[in-house]
Amino acid sequence: MKFTLPWLKEHLETVATLDEIVDKLTMIGLEVERVEDKAKQFEAFKVVSVISAVQHPNADRLRVCMVDTGQGPPLQIVCGAPNARAGMKAVLGLPGTYIPAKNITLAVGKIRDVESFGMMISGAEIGFSDDSDGIIEMPADAPVGKPFAEVLGLSDPVIEINLTPNRADCTGVSGIARDLGATLIGDYKDNAPKPVKGTFPCPVKVTLDFGATHPLCPAFGLRLVRGVKNGPSPDWLQKKLTAIGLRPINALVDITNFITFDRGRPLHVFDADKVHGHLTVRRAHNGEKLLALDGKTYELDAATCVIADEKGVESLAGIMGGEETGCSETTTNVLIESALWDELNIAQTGRKFGINSDARYRFERGVDPAFMLPGLELATQMVLDLCGGEPSEIVVAGDPTPKETIIDFPLSEVTRLAGLKMTLPQVRRTLEKLGFFAAGQGERIKVAAPSWRPDVHGRADIVEELVRIAGVDSVPSTPFPRGADARKPVLTPIQTRTRKAKRALAARGLTEAVTWSFVSKREAELFGGGKPELALANPIAAELSDMRPSLLPGLMMSVQRNADRGYADVALFEVGQIFKGDQPQDQFTAASGLRRALAKGTGIGRHWSAAAAPVDAFDAKADAFAVLAAAGAPMQALQVVPGGPAWFHPGRSGTIQIGPQNILGSFGELHPRALAALKAEGPLVAFEVILENIPAPKAKPTRAKAVLELSAFQPVERDFAFVVDAKIKAANIVRAAQSVDKKLIAGVTVFDVYEGTGIEPGKKSIAVAVTIQPREKTMTDAEIDALGQRLVAEVGKKTGGVLRG
Amino acid sequence: MSDIAQLESQLLAAVTSAKDEAALEAVRVAALGKSGSVSALLKTLGSMTPDERKVQGPAINGLKERVTAAIAAAKDALGAAALDARLASETVDVTLPLRDPPAETGRLHPISQVIDELTAIFADMGFAVAEGPDIETDDYNFTKLNFPEGHPAREMHDTFYFPPKPDGSRLLLRTHTSPVQVRTMLTQKPPIRVIIPGRTYRSDSDQTHTPMFHQVEGLVIDKTSHLGHLKWILEEFCKAFFEVDSVKMRFRPSFFPFTEPSMEVDIQCRRDKGEIRFGEGNDWLEILGCGMVHPNVLRNCGFDPDEYQGFAWGMGIDRIAMLKYGMPDLRAFFEADVRWLNHYGFRPLDFPTLAGGLSS
Repeated sequence: MKFTLPWLKEHLETVATLDEIVDKLTMIGLEVERVEDKAKQFEAFKVVSVISAVQHPNADRLRVCMVDTGQGPPLQIVCGAPNARAGMKAVLGLPGTYIPAKNITLAVGKIRDVESFGMMISGAEIGFSDDSDGIIEMPADAPVGKPFAEVLGLSDPVIEINLTPNRADCTGVSGIARDLGATLIGDYKDNAPKPVKGTFPCPVKVTLDFGATHPLCPAFGLRLVRGVKNGPSPDWLQKKLTAIGLRPINALVDITNFITFDRGRPLHVFDADKVHGHLTVRRAHNGEKLLALDGKTYELDAATCVIADEKGVESLAGIMGGEETGCSETTTNVLIESALWDELNIAQTGRKFGINSDARYRFERGVDPAFMLPGLELATQMVLDLCGGEPSEIVVAGDPTPKETIIDFPLSEVTRLAGLKMTLPQVRRTLEKLGFFAAGQGERIKVAAPSWRPDVHGRADIVEELVRIAGVDSVPSTPFPRGADARKPVLTPIQTRTRKAKRALAARGLTEAVTWSFVSKREAELFGGGKPELALANPIAAELSDMRPSLLPGLMMSVQRNADRGYADVALFEVGQIFKGDQPQDQFTAASGLRRALAKGTGIGRHWSAAAAPVDAFDAKADAFAVLAAAGAPMQALQVVPGGPAWFHPGRSGTIQIGPQNILGSFGELHPRALAALKAEGPLVAFEVILENIPAPKAKPTRAKAVLELSAFQPVERDFAFVVDAKIKAANIVRAAQSVDKKLIAGVTVFDVYEGTGIEPGKKSIAVAVTIQPREKTMTDAEIDALGQRLVAEVGKKTGGVLRG
Repeated sequence: MSDIAQLESQLLAAVTSAKDEAALEAVRVAALGKSGSVSALLKTLGSMTPDERKVQGPAINGLKERVTAAIAAAKDALGAAALDARLASETVDVTLPLRDPPAETGRLHPISQVIDELTAIFADMGFAVAEGPDIETDDYNFTKLNFPEGHPAREMHDTFYFPPKPDGSRLLLRTHTSPVQVRTMLTQKPPIRVIIPGRTYRSDSDQTHTPMFHQVEGLVIDKTSHLGHLKWILEEFCKAFFEVDSVKMRFRPSFFPFTEPSMEVDIQCRRDKGEIRFGEGNDWLEILGCGMVHPNVLRNCGFDPDEYQGFAWGMGIDRIAMLKYGMPDLRAFFEADVRWLNHYGFRPLDFPTLAGGLSS
């Protein structure tokens, strides 16, 4: 919403400065987006008269002009504009002038060997208008030497308000003035229009025809003015419209645009001679078309509300008129329409057709129903004043009477909701200045909302009005009591796991990425997703079409992008949501990471201390276990079984579980096919852990740790090397060894794995160190040997392993 | 000179001239070995008369002790010299670089860090952290929050939708974290004090908009909390978060469907060569929206608006991270460029606490 300061002052008697008004507007919720001072912005560009324009000696398209600047001798200017000619008035920028729109400073230049002492400018060059076809042409009577913007009447500051969608009443200057008046910055002038008596019945009848469907037009007023003389509107009106960026067209159209901005009341004018018969307001028939005033043809359907005559659709109701019945300079009989429209329908229709008209802007917010007829009277008076003619009586279809909103309002509401104390006189004064009607004395009053405030429904809205006008600054900042509640952790278990997982992974040298929650359909399918219910109906791009079933595709693409930039040894992780279905319980928190090339857990990149080795499944396993440990998983209960989901290398991946029913995650080398599908280059290892699958720890009554038992006896360590089938898993040997005596065997560590010379092909040697912790007494050599023999026997039984000779 | 004294001077000379441990051992064997010269003298003691022994005994034993001590001393000296010689040949290049420790090279994303900072600040004021699903119903994302039917934000332009269900209903990606307010109000009893950080989605993409972003909301529901408390909380938050002694804030009336009265909040700042300083300057920067919870929202969530009241606020996590830490472009947050993450990310041991400072 744009308006000039003098325009505002036509509705507000005030001595306040521009800055005071701008500040006040923002502080009452009419946020000033910008104040445009064209006079100041363009003051360096002045009117000149072109004395002569001759062909440039060295360039076909250039002319050499002599221009009179009103000061000193004429200046020589080289100009390439097609419209540069002798006798015209143009606009000149002198050397030294800065042009912000182009970020250049003009200088004396030589153009093809001819000196130029300035530049005659086009509207586009200085950001004044979109016109780049030629230099600005000033009226013939424009005084030479004056700033052109001032000559065009653009010296008034233009205020632009970013209007919130609830404020229908401030789509007109008069409404804005009323709001300002309530703050006592000035006095609101109630310029209520006077009725104009019709001298004959309106020959065109109006029917609202919505059949059994929801009516889209509550009321419609129409009047004919015959014998008008249309033409350019007077200077004052043209300047007003130009100042806020509207193009003057002709008096009849300019009047409707003026009232739209002055009162927030859009109107439409039909050339009565082009209208066939009577008007019907109805839903469009499917397939009906309208050539609108913007020159585009719209194909309509039953969701569109139209005004039709006996020939067909003439106007897109409340949004844009039709080309065929538009008013031109030759119009002599004009039908003026002032109507009310269904806000929701206007919004939907406007959005559907992509039309952002000034009418739509107002009707979708909801115009003042009580001003439907006064608006029509105001327009009639202006038509009579500017174009003459004779008005008919008004015909009205439907009923514009507004619904009354009466609110029972205890004054204590202001204190309860806003922490602000206000007296009854204060409350009454503010509300009445805003046009509300307040009745009653004492603690409880009745408040009636004005017809132009459809956004006011209840007590909270009244509080808002009072706080808004008093200023939110006047609400005292009040310390918020913490309360006497016990200080408990504020994080849920999953939140705690999430933040611990992140820091544990970063502590292992991985870098946290945040990738999109959506991936391409193909990526989703490759990583166990792709369900139709998780595909967006309106994705922003094809590669962001499906909710991710795993964090890995996003991380793989990220790692590859870094590799493409020359960062090959990258370790990334993410802890975030993945989607197995569209219900809340189908959303899980995954912790996943990816290591590429030499980004090993023991250190990233090459280093003198060890030969460079690529990442392997154990780097990923270590990451997975670090997450699980940090997130509080019962580490002793975890089992690792070979193999994982399809996107892992079948022989170099593992699954971490607590029994086959509770899988916590998986790790390993990525499958070469998954790499190929995502055009990623290995070596790449990855892990995924689902934080929700970690069992909750048992609640304990106190925080005390279990009693520490220190043995009085020295532990004994014995080494055993077993030769087993190459297929046998180390975990089986460890488990068998541990099972021999859970009390005495305190630890079993694998310290060597060997295949090759000295070991039969198809076999391998696994060496374990067994820690024996005597419990009640020191053990004799014989006792230790006996335990060792039992251990060898048990391992042999479970794995077929024999002691290496 | 007696024989003993002569032998002693011979032996001590031999000890002194021994160049290494082997030569010294030869001297020892020659003197103190079974058939050594000193041992031979000692053997003579047995055949002496008691008077002779009284004289010769101490002399010979004295000889033995002195020679033994001399050999031991010489052995120590030779050992020390040998160690020095060995150590002199054993050197490492202590200038060789270490591997960077993982805890120094790993990084947390600024969003994670800022969420931890927010949590620390609001936990101290008695707020818990609530969360909810990203895939929401139209009812929780819009209707219960008093978005009138036909509100532009419901249209395809802003909201990501899923395909319609057989009954015609459509799930969507939450466009704000506010549906978690609804979920919280429907399941908890007042007093409610929560903050809600999370991912949100809008089908919008340019330099300042990404289709996915992060928001944090706050919600208070009880019987007494009003606008003054809201102002105080936000002022305290801004001081703590931006780590400045004072901030000047400007509350402008505005409009949101789910609050009434509604406000937008600007924070005073000074822009200086791409850096923003808070608590000084003459510029205003919009950082959040807030207001008293709309009576319709309270009603929709089962509260009587004449009995219960409260307020809510919401802001962009990515945005306040950019303001505090100076990232120029939102899009880079989601590009996973390790150069950016290294530069703007946080070390895992930089844990934000109020006791130790959020960012120091």
